[in-house]
Amino acid sequence: MTSFSKDFKSGIADAWPMFLAYAPIAALWGTLAAAKGFSPLEAMLMSALVYAGASQFVAIEMWGAAQSILLLIFTIFVINVRHVLYAASISRHMGDIPSRWHPALMYVLTDEAWALLERKALTQPLTIGYYLGVAFPLWPTWFLCSAIGAIIGKQLPDPALIGLDFAFAAMFIAILAGFWVGSRTGAVIIASAVVAILAKTYLSGAWYIVLGGLAGVAVAALLHSEAEA
Amino acid sequence: MSNIFTVHFTTLLAIIGMGLATYSTRLSGLLLMRGVVVQGRLKAALDAVPPAVLMAVITPTVFMTGKAETMAAVVTGAAAFFRLPLLVVILSGVVSVVLFRHLI
Repeated sequence: MTSFSKDFKSGIADAWPMFLAYAPIAALWGTLAAAKGFSPLEAMLMSALVYAGASQFVAIEMWGAAQSILLLIFTIFVINVRHVLYAASISRHMGDIPSRWHPALMYVLTDEAWALLERKALTQPLTIGYYLGVAFPLWPTWFLCSAIGAIIGKQLPDPALIGLDFAFAAMFIAILAGFWVGSRTGAVIIASAVVAILAKTYLSGAWYIVLGGLAGVAVAALLHSEAEA
Repeated sequence: MSNIFTVHFTTLLAIIGMGLATYSTRLSGLLLMRGVVVQGRLKAALDAVPPAVLMAVITPTVFMTGKAETMAAVVTGAAAFFRLPLLVVILSGVVSVVLFRHLI
């Protein structure tokens, strides 16, 4: 077995619970899109081309509310600004992957794929096989299940009934625990949580992710002392 | 009801615009780091991106949704603290949130 296919399989082995979580959420999104007049093909195109779940739910919520396309696009951009941090952080662990592949690999960098990749990068540099194993199969899972949801329409049960909406938070908690390296991590996550609560309370949209994240990053930078570097 | 394969022009335009907006966020993080030497304070800052952003992402679910979600997060956190396998941690969260939602 080549190292590519070995790494690819290892990526799938780490990511497969997310397939189970993506499928019903994508199908639910598809039903909401269909209710707003999206054809199954349109729903599939949107899931394939935008491929960012939280922003897609917001876009469908806003859809048709007499707002301009530019406002819609700007809103989606704001919700997705967090990806700048994801890409900047994960690119440091991609030194073993030829850089000509990097721009294409960024396309499938969802929250969940990124978190799993950061978890792997704690112990070893990323390979292209592992990266693709984690991140690529989730993409067709997402857009095909979106189309299926749009075709089936409104007969799907709410994923929250079986707790699937919590699967993402649970995975992030699991991965977050792996980044604990001492009391400084505590300071980072407390700053992040406090600012995220404030931003969520007082600002509309998804600023809480970026602002909370930047607050944690700022605390880490402030606590850094050159002597130990 | 429209045909399965219907694609309206304005819908397609909006989808392409949203797709480009999203990809630009994913690509710009990569381009920002081109040629940057990461060390010292910058390294400390970037090393904090995963815990800081993950915490911010889960904050509304954990602290601002309801008691069931907060308690399920505690259960999940305990499972994660004991370094249980990823799938077991996820399942502990999913099962406990369903239980707490029924009980509370």
